[in-house]
Amino acid sequence: MEESITKPSTSRSTWVNRWQLFWGSFSGVPILGWLIGILGAVALEQLFGSAFAQLLGLSKVPVLFGFVIMLGHPRLIPGTLIYLLVIYALPIGIITQVGKSLTNKLAGYLLKFHLGISALVHIGLLFLVLHLWADISDYRDLVLRLTLIAIILTLSLNIVNGYLGEFSCSHPGFMALGAYAASVLTVLLFVEDKVFGSPLLAPNIGPFLFPIVLILAGLIAAIGALLVAIPSFRTRGDYLAIISLAFLFIVKSLIENLEIFGGSRGFMNQPNWANLSTVFVWTMLCIWTINNFVTSTMGKALNAVRDEETAANAMSVNTRRTKIIGFMFAAFWAGIAGGLFAHVMRYVNPGTFGIQKLAEVLAMVYFGGLNSVVGSIVGAVGFNLLSEALRPLELYKWIIIPLLLILVMLYRPSGLISFREFNIANLLKPKSTSDEEVEHVVTSD
Amino acid sequence: MTSFLQNLVNAMQWGSFYALIALGYSMVYGVLMLFNFAHGDIFMVGAYIGFFVSSGLIALSALGSLVLPSWLILSITILLAMFLTSFVGMLLERVGYRPLRSAPRASAAITGLMIGIILETGNLALLGAQRYKFPALIESTTYNLGGVFITNKKILIVFVSLLLMFALHQFVQRTKWGMAMRAMAYDYIVVPLMGVPINTIALLTFALGSALAAAAGILFGIAYPVLDPYMGILYGWKAFVAAILGGRGSIIGAALAGFLLGFIEIFVAAFISSTLRDLIAYSIILLILTFRPHGFFGEAYSARLRL
Repeated sequence: MEESITKPSTSRSTWVNRWQLFWGSFSGVPILGWLIGILGAVALEQLFGSAFAQLLGLSKVPVLFGFVIMLGHPRLIPGTLIYLLVIYALPIGIITQVGKSLTNKLAGYLLKFHLGISALVHIGLLFLVLHLWADISDYRDLVLRLTLIAIILTLSLNIVNGYLGEFSCSHPGFMALGAYAASVLTVLLFVEDKVFGSPLLAPNIGPFLFPIVLILAGLIAAIGALLVAIPSFRTRGDYLAIISLAFLFIVKSLIENLEIFGGSRGFMNQPNWANLSTVFVWTMLCIWTINNFVTSTMGKALNAVRDEETAANAMSVNTRRTKIIGFMFAAFWAGIAGGLFAHVMRYVNPGTFGIQKLAEVLAMVYFGGLNSVVGSIVGAVGFNLLSEALRPLELYKWIIIPLLLILVMLYRPSGLISFREFNIANLLKPKSTSDEEVEHVVTSD
Repeated sequence: MTSFLQNLVNAMQWGSFYALIALGYSMVYGVLMLFNFAHGDIFMVGAYIGFFVSSGLIALSALGSLVLPSWLILSITILLAMFLTSFVGMLLERVGYRPLRSAPRASAAITGLMIGIILETGNLALLGAQRYKFPALIESTTYNLGGVFITNKKILIVFVSLLLMFALHQFVQRTKWGMAMRAMAYDYIVVPLMGVPINTIALLTFALGSALAAAAGILFGIAYPVLDPYMGILYGWKAFVAAILGGRGSIIGAALAGFLLGFIEIFVAAFISSTLRDLIAYSIILLILTFRPHGFFGEAYSARLRL
């Protein structure tokens, strides 16, 4: 054993060692350090991005890390790679390395001061990063907002399919209910419209009442969920899958027949209130609430019902009530996601909320991982980025993505990051490996 | 009255498709407790295979090298397409479902969903976006029975479907293999311990279901000759609902529920409004499932057995 470590290594393993050394120097960087590093890179891109891109012969800044350019025009691969290296990799590397001890100290102090404040600072930095990143182009902004909405949707479906262990097919239906409820409310109350006439309230107070509109939309989706939940949770088995599927068809058909909401032509004229900051705040709120929900007694009851319903019942868990509450809570967030989606696209039609949407949401949940908040975030972000990055492949995108998902299912049947708890204090703590001082600061309590 | 009878005839034809597709879902669900979400796309693949087989046979006849009467072309098309599609089903089971036999059932359902998407996209990538027209295999003749118009196509479709359903019923009830399938549906854990080869039975189940879906695809092509890579989605998911409505693993139940769905859809479209078709059809199904949660012929069972 001793011998093998001290033995002079071959050239291949020196490379491995160097790589480990290189990577090891990054493992001591806390989340705060990464955020500041990425902020530097994004700020650099904001300042010099387009000039540098023109210098390299790119027509514009590579929008999604150059995937679209590289897949579409192989000739531009070197330029794009140089761009990524100079604008992203180098600044992030330098800032994280140089500021490692400082950010570790800062993260330690913040965490010691108050967990909530520390989380808020991190979230604020994250927002700044995303805002600067999305400021470059409208396309980035749209992709980012849709990805954030996908996170809400995936998390909420994970409550039913992951934590509760049922199989729900009606999530697009709840999303449609939320989308239409929110759209109708905002258009009726705050917008001059051909069908609904002049606004009932002053349009300038609209953005302040928008959260209330969204909550109402979520509640309407939750009432829809109650209609599904009452018949399906009477008996055990796969009835939720069927009843929720029938419900999805019913909602879609219902909206198609409501001529006042545009029928199958769709409904438009929503005000442009779901900007990046609104969507970001709702997403953070959703992650926080759902994380608290699934780690609460209620969340443990959901898991108990999934793992052994009879035993859970014997242990005084009211299984039917637990299932109904979990399902309605999930639908509430799906409704809010729908409301935000309607105001991002500023146009909804019932065709959006069909089987295709269902396949997409299910794919995100199972790709990321069941029973895990982090998994859902990874699933939603990964799926959306992949789906945008592979866009130049056109048709073949829909062969590659399903194949990837099948591979994930074969090798990790419950998703990439499943059954993982989300511990915020652990995530934000300083990661000092050498800095004794920081270690001292954190453990001195 | 004549319009009622006319719609009854149409509903028989429409229900045949649902019933044939639903049978495949129901068998897989009954034997393996699995939602085979790729089944609708097997129906599509079956229709395309039928299209190529029949076009090939017609081309051979036209060349004069192998002149066949049209009824023979039709029979060969149906049988050969059923045979070939059953291999697609078996491949699906072998590649997509067998490795996940001990995984959570939902993972297998997702794999099925993804294989379905690959089949649709693969079809589009291979054959392009143009729509193929299913060749007219039989001369259309219309009989007028006291104001009710019946085409020979409709008679053929309903007759072939009922024949296949009867054959399947006989197979499951009378043969040793059918008995093994029923035993597996009865108890998934113990029966393999008694020496019933689970993998063979699973393959057989998928082969039978896919063959029926292929027959449905060809009959659909005869009635509505335009083929589309995404044709399987809508009919597949609707037939899935019908399969569950029939009761787990019940062949008669799935067939009856398929016909019932066809009847509701046709009658709602004829007498109320075609745009309200889905709304009313699924509301009725929701009501039935509320009062009979195990479907028409299903027994109460515990899904926990396999989770």
